[in-house]
Amino acid sequence: MSYGESWGRYPKTNSTLHPVQWLHEPIKFESDKRYLPYGQGRSYGDCCLNDAGVLLTTNGLSRIISFDRQTGVLRCEAGLTIDEVLRVIVPAGWFVPVTPGTRFVSIGGAIANDVHGKNHHTSGTFGRHVLAFELLRSSGERLLCSPQQNTELFRASIAGLGLTGLITWAEIQLKPIKNAGIEMESVRFSDLEEFFQISGGSEKDFEYTVAWLDCVSSGSAFGRGIFMRGNHSAADAKQCRASRLKLAVPVDAPGFALNRWTVQAFNSCYYNKQRQKSVRSLVHYEPFFYPLDAVLDWNRIYGRRGFFQFQCVLPPTAGKTALSDMLREIVASGNGSFLAVLKEFGDLPSPGMMSFPRPGVTLCLDFANHGEKTACMMKRLDAMTREFGGAMYPAKDAWMTADNFRRYFPCWQEFSKFIDPAFSSSFWRRVSA
Amino acid sequence: MQHVLIIGATSGMAMEVAKLYAERKCRLFLVARNSEKLAAVESDLKARGAESVAAQVVNLDETDKHPALVAAARDFLGQLDVVLIAHGVFPEQAKCESDYRLTESVLRTNLLSPISLCTHLANVMQAQGGGTLAVISSVAGDRGRQSNYVYGSSKAGLSAFLSGLRARLAPRGVNVITIKPGFVDTAMTAAIKKGPLFASAANAAAGIVRAIDARRSIAYVPWFWWGIMLIIKHIPEVIFKRLKF
Ligand SMILES: Cc1cc2nc3c(=O)[nH]c(=O)nc-3n(C[C@H](O)[C@H](O)[C@H](O)COP(=O)(O)OP(=O)(O)OC[C@H]3O[C@@H](n4cnc5c(N)ncnc54)[C@H](O)[C@@H]3O)c2cc1C
Ligand SMILES: NC(=O)c1ccc[n+]([C@@H]2O[C@H](COP(=O)([O-])OP(=O)(O)OC[C@H]3O[C@@H](n4cnc5c(N)ncnc54)[C@H](OP(=O)(O)O)[C@@H]3O)[C@@H](O)[C@H]2O)c1
Repeated sequence: MSYGESWGRYPKTNSTLHPVQWLHEPIKFESDKRYLPYGQGRSYGDCCLNDAGVLLTTNGLSRIISFDRQTGVLRCEAGLTIDEVLRVIVPAGWFVPVTPGTRFVSIGGAIANDVHGKNHHTSGTFGRHVLAFELLRSSGERLLCSPQQNTELFRASIAGLGLTGLITWAEIQLKPIKNAGIEMESVRFSDLEEFFQISGGSEKDFEYTVAWLDCVSSGSAFGRGIFMRGNHSAADAKQCRASRLKLAVPVDAPGFALNRWTVQAFNSCYYNKQRQKSVRSLVHYEPFFYPLDAVLDWNRIYGRRGFFQFQCVLPPTAGKTALSDMLREIVASGNGSFLAVLKEFGDLPSPGMMSFPRPGVTLCLDFANHGEKTACMMKRLDAMTREFGGAMYPAKDAWMTADNFRRYFPCWQEFSKFIDPAFSSSFWRRVSA
Repeated sequence: MQHVLIIGATSGMAMEVAKLYAERKCRLFLVARNSEKLAAVESDLKARGAESVAAQVVNLDETDKHPALVAAARDFLGQLDVVLIAHGVFPEQAKCESDYRLTESVLRTNLLSPISLCTHLANVMQAQGGGTLAVISSVAGDRGRQSNYVYGSSKAGLSAFLSGLRARLAPRGVNVITIKPGFVDTAMTAAIKKGPLFASAANAAAGIVRAIDARRSIAYVPWFWWGIMLIIKHIPEVIFKRLKF
């Protein structure tokens, strides 16, 4: 990773880096500068960028303050990554309550985007499991925020996109596990109708659900994919060590150029790899949750121009046709990526004012940057999301218009009262323009 | 269980090394000059699973405090299986050129202080008849370059000292390792623009612990610096003196 870039490597910006290394050290905020916390830069668009401003880099803030092995309460500095957290807690029989599809994110970043995972329908967002954190404001004040104290700032900072101040440390409630294994099952579905059926039928019995969707094929293969569901293994520890190297998803980085044909081939291979209707296996949590992490810096395969990610949620009221309309548009463009992800969110509320997840189905995929053509596609998808009454995810966005942003996040005005006067981001300047 | 003494424990690289030993459930004794930083590192290592951790605040330039320090570490740890000496400073070369006092202080911290520590530690370890003494020098000590020869000479002196000490202690079962990092992303290099040659502190630490486990003599971290320095050391002086780096 190079500092000061986002994962999509777009847009290109220029900012000064100010490393924050120690909790106790004060930061000198200068009145003519604009600041933004920066975690691991795993956001795709511009929410972790601050063109012409200062990025407060937090990768040095990576110490654990306390870890109660009995209660599973972890207090750590905000730059600590989920990767490091897991290294410590899994052997002690604990797991993170919610994890995104990469473990290379910081705790601060997980809070500021209020990330969600495959267990959204059972556990909600990351913010629901945050017991407290300290917020450093540019005034030098350090505020303890929790559901009981500085409640409003607590709610504004979860999904607060780094704009309310720097989270210096956070306390999180972990959840107990028996071992590092996941009992998983993958089920082929042949169209979107069947996806909704399987998804609905899996919610009760499976803690984790997600689907991979073929977003290239049309005709009879339109809307096909593989549904993956799983639970933490209840067996005694040590049993599933060996399966760590077994990748649940074949993400051998394509060493060849990404184009329509290779992407098509990948999608077909992926779908046809699984011959049976359904396959059960016991896998280590790494390939289950983090298939892409096996290929470090995989974002570079898209080259210097970078790529865009698109993620929206479409509400149940939009109907199932909304999703197929959108997918049809993507298939027709021939511009879709080699991994599209589909998941139904649950209805558990987040404390975060500006939290993205809400009931409905979320669709998420990459687009290599082919210039103008791709830009048109992104704008089109933004417009469709709005038309269907959905919302787009700031962590994955470089395109939504200011007008649409306000539709997607109706609390934005209330939220903006809590923004620290010295903090700003490229994203915020774009959507509040 | 290993008993590990880490001197300069708040250094970016040393903190990562200590994490690895904490995960191995070792007993750790930490030394650094800043009490607030040291307390943060101490609780981190406890939370990560260290068997027990003790810490002492000392400005390591004060060599007269070293004997008591080594004694305190030995009392707490019982024996010294692994010792890492990591503290150091990286001055601005240009400032040293007009300020001899600065150069002198660099030599005190980077050369005299570790030499004093090694002198006391060597005798303790020789008596116990085993253990590993790992000291962080630098690739910069392999050849003086115009852009950082004051720092380079402090590390060159240290490397020479360690090479002699290694030979003295080898027959007694004590392994002395000269660790030579290349560019590592820590507070020391915060002002330097990061290029592809930069390693993360965690990567460097993994290399250091591997070298300690394998009882190596000299360890370039990451290993490819061995090749780079081989070339740099063999550039003829007539050419080298024209190089700007
Ligand atoms: C392969 C991959 C898969 C992903 N899968 C998912 C997924 O399944 N679900 C999901 O929700 N997201 C997912 N994401 C997105 C990612 O989880 C979020 O973008 C996350 O916020 C990144 O964390 P980070 O530490 O890299 O933060 P950055 O990207 O560096 O920053 C993100 C935001 O957090 C703020 N921030 C960072 N640190 C602090 C702090 N200490 N205090 C205050 N604000 C701070 C920044 O200012 C910025 O606004 C995925 C990303 C990748 C690359
Ligand atoms: N980073 C690199 O690229 C690189 C390359 C080659 C070699 N090295 C060497 O690697 C070692 C570790 O450095 P680092 O990269 O981890 O840098 P670092 O994070 O800056 O660590 C240097 C440490 O030395 C401590 N220190 C300096 N003077 C001291 C004194 N008088 N008494 C006690 N402690 C003192 C500092 O304490 P404070 O925190 O209190 O200031 C700091 O913790 C150093 O010997 C360095 O020369 C580094």
